[in-house]
Amino acid sequence: MLIVPTFIGVTLLSFTLIHLVPGDPIEARVGERGIAPERLAALRHEFGYDQPLWKQFVDYEVQVVHGDLGVSLVTRQTVWSEFLTLFPATIELAFCAIGFAVLIGIPLGVVAALRRGTPFDYGLMGASVTGASMPIFWWGLMMILVFSVGFGWTPVSGRVSDMYFVEPWSGFMLIDCWFSDDEGACRSTLSHLILPTIVLGTIPLANFARMTRSAMLEVLGEDYIRTARAKGLSGMRVTVVHALRNALIPVVTVIGLSVGGLLGGAILTETIFAWPGVGHWIIESIQRRDYPVLQGGTLLIAIIVIGVNLGVDMLYSVLNPRIRR
Amino acid sequence: MSRRTTLLSALALTTALGAVSPALAKTFVYCSEGSPENFNPMLNTTGTSLQASAPVYEGLTAFKTGTTEVVGALAEKWDVSADGLVYTFHLRHNVKWHSNKNFKPTRGFNADDVVFSFDRQANKENPYHKVTGGGYDYYNDMDMPKLLKSVTKVDDYTVKFTLSAPQAPFIADIAMPFASIQSKEYADGLLKMGKPELIDQEPIGTGPFEFVQYVKDATIRFKRFDAYYNGKAKVDTLVYSINKDAAVRLAKLRANECQSTLNLAPADLPSIRSDKNLTLLSQPGLNVGYLAFNTTKKPFDDVRVRMAVNMAVDKKAILTAVYQGAGQAAKNLIPPTMWSYNDKVEDFKYDPAAAKKLLADAGVAEGTEVDLWAMPVQRPYNPDAKRIGELMQADLAKVGIKAKIVSYEWGEYRKRAQAGEGQMVQMGWSGDNGDPDNFFAVLASCAAAKANSLTKWCNPTYDAMITKAATISNVAERTKLYQQAQVEMHKDAPYLFIAHSVVFLPMRANVTGLKIQAVGSENFLNVDLK
Repeated sequence: MLIVPTFIGVTLLSFTLIHLVPGDPIEARVGERGIAPERLAALRHEFGYDQPLWKQFVDYEVQVVHGDLGVSLVTRQTVWSEFLTLFPATIELAFCAIGFAVLIGIPLGVVAALRRGTPFDYGLMGASVTGASMPIFWWGLMMILVFSVGFGWTPVSGRVSDMYFVEPWSGFMLIDCWFSDDEGACRSTLSHLILPTIVLGTIPLANFARMTRSAMLEVLGEDYIRTARAKGLSGMRVTVVHALRNALIPVVTVIGLSVGGLLGGAILTETIFAWPGVGHWIIESIQRRDYPVLQGGTLLIAIIVIGVNLGVDMLYSVLNPRIRR
Repeated sequence: MSRRTTLLSALALTTALGAVSPALAKTFVYCSEGSPENFNPMLNTTGTSLQASAPVYEGLTAFKTGTTEVVGALAEKWDVSADGLVYTFHLRHNVKWHSNKNFKPTRGFNADDVVFSFDRQANKENPYHKVTGGGYDYYNDMDMPKLLKSVTKVDDYTVKFTLSAPQAPFIADIAMPFASIQSKEYADGLLKMGKPELIDQEPIGTGPFEFVQYVKDATIRFKRFDAYYNGKAKVDTLVYSINKDAAVRLAKLRANECQSTLNLAPADLPSIRSDKNLTLLSQPGLNVGYLAFNTTKKPFDDVRVRMAVNMAVDKKAILTAVYQGAGQAAKNLIPPTMWSYNDKVEDFKYDPAAAKKLLADAGVAEGTEVDLWAMPVQRPYNPDAKRIGELMQADLAKVGIKAKIVSYEWGEYRKRAQAGEGQMVQMGWSGDNGDPDNFFAVLASCAAAKANSLTKWCNPTYDAMITKAATISNVAERTKLYQQAQVEMHKDAPYLFIAHSVVFLPMRANVTGLKIQAVGSENFLNVDLK
């Protein structure tokens, strides 16, 4: 039932915020020459901007409830169709970033906890504070300058080299290149994923490592761990099965919460790497005052974040049977 | 090799070696600035969108590469009636249309396509008039609804345009992208399929490249059109790689991920020049950046004050600090590359003492407060209006004028400035069609003074000259009139002309056949990679 107020809240917030930004969506697109008053009036009427604000909001709500997110003022394509073509790119990147952060962050956190107080631990924690406070825009440009321009190891931007023509079958380049049966295209796709994944994954990686470390430290001090050790279980088994599984509960929360942040970070990462995803799309819509895209995009992302949080709640019960009761 | 093995080995290779450089058919990648709104130049006004459809479409006339000279394109030649009212275009034979999955042309280009393309914009009853929003801003801005009385087919390869009044720049007007020709046969087919909007998304044209695929915010892909009437393009594939960030575009150019790009930061130009892998072409742009005085507002209703500000501002300092060598000082409304430019007009000399005296004569008290508007956006003709505003502010303070810098969000800025709210407003203009009328009449005619002009300046002598010049087709006579008009304008000083910026086209050193276009988008027909 919480869905209804959340829906109204999100739409009202995005509607209000975009209307607080100075500038008219039609006027913003006019060049030096200006626009004839009749044409301006006709366009404002066509999009309903000649109506009072409250009416525009109510109309928008009704439209959204009917599954219609409107039409982009710029491209005249439906917000839905634009979102669906761009979303796979964002998902692909976010998935890789999360995977990268989990696969590296959690083991690092575990090792730091096991080697508490050693130079490794201090070094890692120092690095993770730096990582968590890394400005994405600067970090991305630095990575491009060093690895792409300096060493020439990775491509600068995009999802696949412009030399390859990959039919967008699923929208997921890793899948599409697989089906295109073009070895070079797949290689190129993977190489294009490296830098954006690292840049987007840096902050979550640092957070996961720190969270895992502190959760592990807490768990490692518990009685059941001592019992497990006393039973003569191997160190590996104690760490992975007994300690890590319990330590993962707060880590999973952080992973779930980071999805929202990840989508925010994706906006910057996508802009730097010219990654054609929804983040890039939303930034552009702000600049162009493309109200329907901005409102629709925000709403869809909010729905996804809510969905992910719900998923995380459900995952808890798998990890911690006590919650099920 | 199976796909799985392929992917696994690819993964291993990629992680080990990083980037890869694929060797496929000859592909030219151009790093462009943004996503187009659609692929129909009739509907768009932004350079980014017009550029995106440029490889596909052609009009009856075109601008010769690198110049503002109008040459025939889809029209081989044309005749103008003695009274200047009827233009008869003789169309090129054997021009083929592109094809795609929805369209296999059964005939070549002919007069029906020309009539359809103009009718779509002019006639509200045309089934395509409202498709994709139906803006046709350029068609309206160039005054076509008033000017074009009719467009009729004489025979399959002859079309007659009848004007309501003689208009010398007409031939240049229709070389603009809004006058591109679409296929009537394609339009009819899509209408039958119930998908008319595809005409503006999957364009069919007659140009040197066929549209293949557009991935929003990523790439636009074209392939060479082998049946192009004017010789085949040299590259097999043309790709626009969309990158909004200028630093990233430069990085891609350096990494040879694209072979040419546009609009880089002036600060990067020296490093591009010194890079032996890159070439930097430059050409004076067809533009002007200016400070407009609102001649209806005190104290700028007095010509002495306008002249004084012209003398008080150190233009050289602005060119050095803001344009960083990418601009030349302006003294006329039109750039020096345009025919009819009057080089005899002498610019106001930087002379704060004389300016101060003029202000005193005009009765402007020491410490008079005025506003000085600075645009919130970057434009080729004005890379940093705020910085220019600050430099002008400091100069004006020296002669006793206190200028307050004012800025608004772009739409608001333009609207208020055109409504005459400002006293001194920075703005500028980039030419549409290389004709002086496109500067003199659009910006400074008496009709403009009543509508959108920022100066609200109306000088009947000047106005009579430019109005007459637009109706005669003899270029020598027109030149004389425009040159006199520039003298007239200088006397009244409704503007402080700041600069004409230089346009740059950076590319890889192995690129040949790419030239800067004086008007419109780059032409990739002769582009090759050594």
